[in-house]
Parts: sequence; C-alpha cells; structure tokens
Amino acid sequence: MKKIINFLEKFYMVLIFLLLYAPIITLIVLSFNKSRTRAKWGGFSLKWYISLFEDEAILNALYTTLILALLSALIATILGTMACLGLRMMKKWSRNTVMSITNIPMLNSDIVTGISFMLLFIGIGMKLSFKTVLIAHITFNLPYVILSIMPKLRQINMNTYEAALDLGASPSFAFRKIILPDIMPGILSGFLLAFTMSLDDFVITHFTKSPGIDTLSTKIYTEVRKGIKPEMYALSTIMFVTVLVLLLIINLKPAKKDKKA
Amino acid sequence: MNKKSLAYPYIIWMIGFIVLPLIMVVYYGLTDNTGSFTLDNLTEILVDYNYKALWLALGLSLISTLICLILAYPLAMILKKISLNQHSFIILLFILPMWMNFLLRTLAWQTLLERNGVINSILSMLNLPKLNIINTPYAIILGMVYNFLPFMVLPIYNVIVKIDPNVINAGKDLGASNVQVFTKIILPLSVPGIISGITMVFIPALTTFVISDLLGGGKILLIGNVIEQEFTQAGNWHVGSGMSLVLMIFILLSMAILAKYDKKGEGTAF
Repeated sequence: MKKIINFLEKFYMVLIFLLLYAPIITLIVLSFNKSRTRAKWGGFSLKWYISLFEDEAILNALYTTLILALLSALIATILGTMACLGLRMMKKWSRNTVMSITNIPMLNSDIVTGISFMLLFIGIGMKLSFKTVLIAHITFNLPYVILSIMPKLRQINMNTYEAALDLGASPSFAFRKIILPDIMPGILSGFLLAFTMSLDDFVITHFTKSPGIDTLSTKIYTEVRKGIKPEMYALSTIMFVTVLVLLLIINLKPAKKDKKA
Repeated sequence: MNKKSLAYPYIIWMIGFIVLPLIMVVYYGLTDNTGSFTLDNLTEILVDYNYKALWLALGLSLISTLICLILAYPLAMILKKISLNQHSFIILLFILPMWMNFLLRTLAWQTLLERNGVINSILSMLNLPKLNIINTPYAIILGMVYNFLPFMVLPIYNVIVKIDPNVINAGKDLGASNVQVFTKIILPLSVPGIISGITMVFIPALTTFVISDLLGGGKILLIGNVIEQEFTQAGNWHVGSGMSLVLMIFILLSMAILAKYDKKGEGTAF
C-alpha cells in the first residue's frame, strides 16, 4: 500500500512539473527547427543560433533588458537594504505602515501598477523613456528585496553587535563584520529575485516605455501578430540553459558540504 | 550605521512612486476631460461590453484559482515529504521557468494545443479524440493555471514546512488518525498560505490581458483587455482609470482578507 502511494505521489509530481516545463521544452525544440513557422518540424538546424548574432534589433532588445534588470535590481537592493536597516529603528506603527505600503506593488495587479506609473509620469510632465521604465522596475523590485532581507535581520542577535562596539569597534566596522555577513544571503536572494522579476516583466514595461525602446518582452509582443522570429527561441534557449547551468553549479556545491557535516 | 534616517530615501521613493501614482489613478477615475468631478467613469463598467468582460474575467479567474488550489495543495504536501534539506532547490524549480520569457512560454501553448499541435498528435497516436480548446475560454484557463500555479504552491509549501513536527506527533500520540491530523492540525495551520496563494493567483488572473490575448485568439475580451484598449487604442484615460478603480475594489478586498488571515506574513511565496 505504501509503495503504491509513494508511486502515485512521484507520478503526480512528475505530471505537474511536466505541465510547468512542457512549454519550455517546446521552445527549445522550436529553436532547432529548420522551418520558419512553428507549425511544422522541418528538421534539425542551428541556423537561428547563427542569424541571432546578426539580428541587431534582437541584440539591442537583449541589451536593454539586461541593463534594465541589472540597474533596477542593483538600485532596489541598495535602497531596500538601507530601508530594512532604518526600519528596525522605527516605532512599531510607523514600521507597519511602511511595510503595508511596501506590499502594494506586489499584491496590486500589474496592469493597475503600469497605468498608475504612466499617469504619474505624464502628469508630472516626464517624457516616457528608458528612465521611466527604470523607475517603474526599481519600484516593483523593492518589495522582493525588502521581504528577502527583513527575516534575516530579525534573526540577528543585537548583543553581538553591541559587544563589538564595547570592545572598541567603530560602528561601520562592526556593521561590516557582524551584521552584513548575516544578512548577506537575504541581500543576494533579494537581488536575484529582483533581477528575475525585472527580466520577466512585460505589462509594466508596456505602459511605461516610449515607442523607441524595446525589451525582449515588448519586442515579442509586437511580433505576436506577424509571427515570432525563430531567433527569439534561440536566444531564450541560450538564456535559459545559461541560468540552469549556473544554478546547478551553485546548488550542487553546498549540498556536498552538508553531507560531510 | 543603525539610524532611522537610512530608511528615509526609501520612504520618499515609496510616497513618490507607490502612493502618488495610485492617487493619480483615483484622480483620473473620478474626473472627466475638463477636470470636474464625475462618477461616469465608474458607471461605464455597467455598459454591456465592459460588464460582460468583467463577468467573464471573474468567472475564469475563480475557476483557475480553484484548479490551482486543488493541484497545489497535494503537491505542497508531497514536496514537504521528499525535501528535507532542499528548501531553496524546490523554490528554484518554480522560479526557473521565469528565465524563459513569459510571453514565449504562453505562446508555446499555442503550439502544444493547436488543431494539429503536439498534444493532438499524441492523442491521435493513442486513438483518443482530439482536443480543440485553442482560442476558447478553456485555453485561457489553462494559461492562467500554468502561469500562476507556482504562486499557489510556494506559499502553501512555505507554511506547511514550518509546521512543528512535534505538534503532529503529539496529535498522533493522543490517538488522532491520519485524517484527523490533516483536518485538525495541518489544514488549519496552513490557512495563511492558502489565503496568500489564493490572492496571488486570483488578482493576476482577474486582471490579465496578455493570456487572453495570446490564447483566446484575440476574440475573447477580459476586463484587462478592455482597460488596456482604453489606454493604448481609444486613448480614453479617464474611463480606463475608472474601470481600474472598479478592479481595485477586488484587489483591496483580497488584501483585507489576506491581512486578516495572514497577520504575521507567513504565507509569502519567496
């Protein structure tokens, strides 16, 4: 009986992950498809991977997407880390008020957030540009950063920090040696999460960008009607496999350490 | 280094880019072209075309949320059982797909679902009847479940793994059956995760315009599509904002329910 249940559980899990990964497998297969349409298989080919690097429009969109994700995640991480450190010193109710407002961009729907940014930028006379998209991305990244760091900060024993101060460490030295190492995992995972969210966003970019700027998402959206360029499949396969390999390397290392300990 | 003032830049940012934009939506939603107060933008939702879109969106997103919950709960229990020290790895498995563009992933369902697509080829090989759901509301539900399932699994999983095993053991020692352990201990303790999951699936599903656009064949309009059209095609920002305000009623309602059942913020996805 137990064996049957175990088997059913594994089977169910495989089914769900098949659902989640089926489109990804489809896209990877399509990137090797010789024929231009996605409707039929024309044989194996690497030609889209070669023409990808000659397609300036796609490369430009890739550049914009990556710069946007990097800058927005970086600025959100710095602002968010500072906010977490400062918030701890505040009175409970003002901290709670700030935290509930922080949650809004995460709980609110993308379309309302996107529209609200567009109305604000145009209302205060800011022309839509790369800058406006960046501001929007920083804003929706901030809650992910703050929510990653806050729990780590709560676990810190402040006595250690105060002991360091008593023993003559300067506040900045004590911060670097005691608090920072403890919250570093939170900062890193917040940064990565923010980067991923920015990379995958379409709706908010759609409402805050000017016509001349394209991220990969907005470029794909304009291509939907006329048919997606197969180079896009090649590019997303490269990006996906790169991240997969990086994550496997990072994840396999600590697992080995745990076994020894 | 431990000064309140460190938070000030963020608080200014928050007021400028979270609070102020929302005030702009309220302002546009409650005024007309001349800037005078009106409720016409809100009542615009009662126009047949808009009203139908809202109802359809509500229906499809409720069904999708329910399917997500039914699929996610057992999955979260299974994940808890098999993963002892792989907490972050499990989360990664759900976040990893986001590295392939959301639009492309949703579009891939076209290839899978089409009349002569991958799924139908497999079905006909097995001599099963064909599945013709592309460009129907069913395809949109599938797209919603596919896109938002991780946001149901992760909060429930995060709450379930934190349940103290001693509580479960105590229950068993006192003679509770497996069913009783589930209904009296695990289920009540996972309520914050369930509520958080429901809001995290329901809100994006209710307000999406991309999924209906890509999998509905451009003919099925949800409230998100109507609002998007008001802004990008009709250029009527006041009406668009008015309908966004109607949507925000649902969003605020979900936030209030979430705040009531998940006071400590246990049910976060990440």
